Amino acid sequence: MTRNRAIEPRSVQVSMGVVSVLVLLFLYVPLLVIILYAFNPARSQSWPLPGLSTRWFVATWNNADVRTALITSLKAGLGATTIALVLGSLAAFAIHRFKFFGREAVSFVLILPLALPGIVTGMALNSTINLGGQLLGLSFSLWTIIIGHATFCVVVVYNNVIARLRRTTTSLVEASSDLGADGVQTFRYVILPNIATALMAGGLLAFALSFDEIIVTNFTSGSEITLPKWIFNNLRLPNQRPVVNVVASVLLIASLIPVYIAQRLTQESGGLVSGRGAVVPAIEDAAEQAAAS
Amino acid sequence: MAQTLTRSGERLQAPPPSAVRRLRHHVGALLHRFPGARLALLLGPVLVWMVVIYLGSLALLFVTSFWRQDNVTGAIVQNWGLTNYQFLVQTPVYRTIAIRTVGIALAVTVTDIVLAIPIAYYAARIARPRVRTFLLLSMVLPLWSSYLVRVYAWRTILSGDGVLNWSLHQIHLGSVNLGFSRWSLWIVFSYLWLPYVTLPVYAALERIPNSLIEASTDLGARWFTTFRRVILPIAIPGFVAGSIFAFSLTLGDYIAPSLVGDTEFIGNVIYQSVGIANDIPFAAAYAVVPALVMAAYLLIARQMKAFEAL
Amino acid sequence: MKRYRANLIAAVGVTLALAACGGTSNNPQPGSNLPTSIGPGEGALNLVAWTGYVESGKTDPKVDWVTPFTTQTGCKVNVKFADTSDEMVTLMRQGGGTQWDGVSASGDATNRLIAHGDVAEVNVNLVPDFKDVIQSLQSPRHNTINGKHYGVPYMYGPNVLMYNTQVVFPAPTSWKDTWETSSPYKGKVTAYDSPIFIADAALYLKAHNKNLGINDVYELTTNQLEAAITLLKQQAPMIKKYWAATTDETDPFSSGDVVIGTAWPYQVSFLKTEKKPVAAVVPSEGATGWADTWMMSSHAAHPNCMYQWMKWTETPAVQDQVAEFYGATPSNAKACDILRKNIGDSADKDYHCGDDAFLKNIALWKTPLQECGDSRGTTCTDYTVWQRRWQEVRGTK
Repeated sequence: MTRNRAIEPRSVQVSMGVVSVLVLLFLYVPLLVIILYAFNPARSQSWPLPGLSTRWFVATWNNADVRTALITSLKAGLGATTIALVLGSLAAFAIHRFKFFGREAVSFVLILPLALPGIVTGMALNSTINLGGQLLGLSFSLWTIIIGHATFCVVVVYNNVIARLRRTTTSLVEASSDLGADGVQTFRYVILPNIATALMAGGLLAFALSFDEIIVTNFTSGSEITLPKWIFNNLRLPNQRPVVNVVASVLLIASLIPVYIAQRLTQESGGLVSGRGAVVPAIEDAAEQAAAS
Repeated sequence: MAQTLTRSGERLQAPPPSAVRRLRHHVGALLHRFPGARLALLLGPVLVWMVVIYLGSLALLFVTSFWRQDNVTGAIVQNWGLTNYQFLVQTPVYRTIAIRTVGIALAVTVTDIVLAIPIAYYAARIARPRVRTFLLLSMVLPLWSSYLVRVYAWRTILSGDGVLNWSLHQIHLGSVNLGFSRWSLWIVFSYLWLPYVTLPVYAALERIPNSLIEASTDLGARWFTTFRRVILPIAIPGFVAGSIFAFSLTLGDYIAPSLVGDTEFIGNVIYQSVGIANDIPFAAAYAVVPALVMAAYLLIARQMKAFEAL
Repeated sequence: MKRYRANLIAAVGVTLALAACGGTSNNPQPGSNLPTSIGPGEGALNLVAWTGYVESGKTDPKVDWVTPFTTQTGCKVNVKFADTSDEMVTLMRQGGGTQWDGVSASGDATNRLIAHGDVAEVNVNLVPDFKDVIQSLQSPRHNTINGKHYGVPYMYGPNVLMYNTQVVFPAPTSWKDTWETSSPYKGKVTAYDSPIFIADAALYLKAHNKNLGINDVYELTTNQLEAAITLLKQQAPMIKKYWAATTDETDPFSSGDVVIGTAWPYQVSFLKTEKKPVAAVVPSEGATGWADTWMMSSHAAHPNCMYQWMKWTETPAVQDQVAEFYGATPSNAKACDILRKNIGDSADKDYHCGDDAFLKNIALWKTPLQECGDSRGTTCTDYTVWQRRWQEVRGTK
């Protein structure tokens, strides 16, 4: 809803503005503090910092455990994102195109991993893996991490793709068929270009979600260490704090970049349908279908 | 078959379709005639994954809550019974912990809504388009910075020799003893989930048509009265829908309470039960509590027509 | 339920009977299926340990007894630090016992692990330095059953009273200021976050409330347990933060949020290295403590590397290194000579190295069982009851 001039009185505008700035400060100052601590030359965490130094960046880079954790996180992220992209877009197509019994239920089930508290999801998956261990010799590994992450990354991709599909007119598909294209060609030349940026945005968000995840990962990783788990384990070792600070700052910046790119990608088509913000439109979706059916 | 016209007007026969092409056409025709098959192909993988892996896990967890942990060996025995639930209901401390957790979840939710309103209102109704985009992006970005890092940042800020006390010292306000307390948890949770709440609050405020506000002003109301009696009632259902995450995430969190707090919450009890006592049946039983509370919250939200307001 | 409880008592009774026989044997007869020599290393070793027990130079480049081990044996060490015995027991059972090869178990975990079959009998003849271990730790009830050794002793020590020397004066000689509501430091106290801490409450009551008749602080009748729980609930509002991870104690001590409380020698060592004003004392009421054993999983994936580790960590040189870093006392009496050479009389004054009498005075952690082990029969409270009551205490805060 665009407007040319605000209708609120000046005093309200100014006070709202001031409070907004304060809230933004509240949001960003802790992040800046962490980044500052990464340059803390001392091992002690007390404030104020005795100076600024980059010695811990070097130490972190040389730390083999950090490198291993980073690679594990990257692998888990790529694996989970790939699965989420495939399953999420399939689900989006299915729900967008077809009206079938249980449509609302499917949307609901997709959101569940994000809507339920992480500890419930984590425990549930942990029980299954343990049972799988007893019955099938399944063990905690990179794959169990990927499976856990993929389960709640699916809805992120789903929401972005379905939001885009809704803005794409079906007449394009019909026109393509009329011109003699079969299913694969239509998909490749008509549908895919349209949802490409939504897929990329969904994929980037899914990756960011997986890269940062700790709550469920604690239950599904066994002895594999992802970067957030490394931080979690090393928070208890005071002499590792400086390295933790560096890793934390890098993690901070590294997770902002995919999100920023995703935001730019979806700017024209209505913006991001992000992470847990994805639940709200998905619930709205379910409500719509319930109303329509 | 497609035919092409060359520049000199002759008709060119298209080459006969290859075997692959023919196969694709047959499959395509089959799928067209049986839309159910198409649906199954599209939905099948997702459904199998979600139902088998996720819903199956939840069901297994629920079933486990009826089993028992052997006292001596610590192994899980399939002694069906309601013992875990009985124990939960009969022991007052678990009720205390549950109430305490729901209490802080509610407090955090309300705090976040209150904090979100000014910035969401500004972005929705006062700011120019570019400022609005900037504000929204700034609100969303912290969401994607690491959760663990943000909690840890507050732990250092709130500690006795951290940034907060130092700043208060500089302005001669003495020091506060906030580290490891319920206050620090309240601050940290509100901080963590604020971005999740701001977007739906923004959406809720944005939907209110200008005409309503103008009409209210025409009728002589000052802005605050308009806000209280026109804007809020319409927006509240949207606020509630947006608060689902703040509530749900606080309810089940086990990391923040152990890092910046010192009280036991539902999440702590469950996590310790699993990781330390290995009493998974009991943990599963206790995990039913936040699931039920969430279900209730969602139902109430639905009653308030929260979802339709979006 | 009745049969269940009868089985429990039977199992416990059997264990205790075996344990009772275990203390007398000096020449253990290894079982016939025990290895007679250490085979080639498997290249890896997964350990569960208390923080500070397995140092590989990450804390301080000069403090490292893992890298030389890896160089010598080719076993690359992967360690998981656990905070409580309960956590250690759970970890050792993960993956059917294959995930972790060894654990530095305290006495309140060892018997549980042995009873459940999680740990294997070891051939102590393969650990040459075992013969130099002090007498009372050669075949203690917590790791030797009927002459069978289920591990080799590592370090032992008391849970000391640590305090901030700038805030707490005069220097405390009693645990009083951590329990009584008249304490001038209330709101800045800390305590160990584990059900085993109930024994510390019992220890205080043993000295100050003789009517309760508490003798062994791990063998508490329902009445005695109730009194301990009441004391703990009285203490709860005085606690700033309970600690399980060592940083949950060292952080608040460093920042001044906490000034007094129970600690392991490790935290004391650490804070002193950080030049923080702390000191520690074993108060007049005595102290609880722990004697840790390296135990090998019965499903260990790398048993040879584990034997190499047990051999390595029993040598006087390594025992001395650990002692100096951690602050705990070595089990190997020969290590005391090295310790005395390196740190002078502190070895006897603070570490009580080789002092059997001091060791006997520490109320070492052990698993509370229903079987009291004396004339009271099976009226004592077992660990699951302790766990539940501890939850009650923690839930009140």
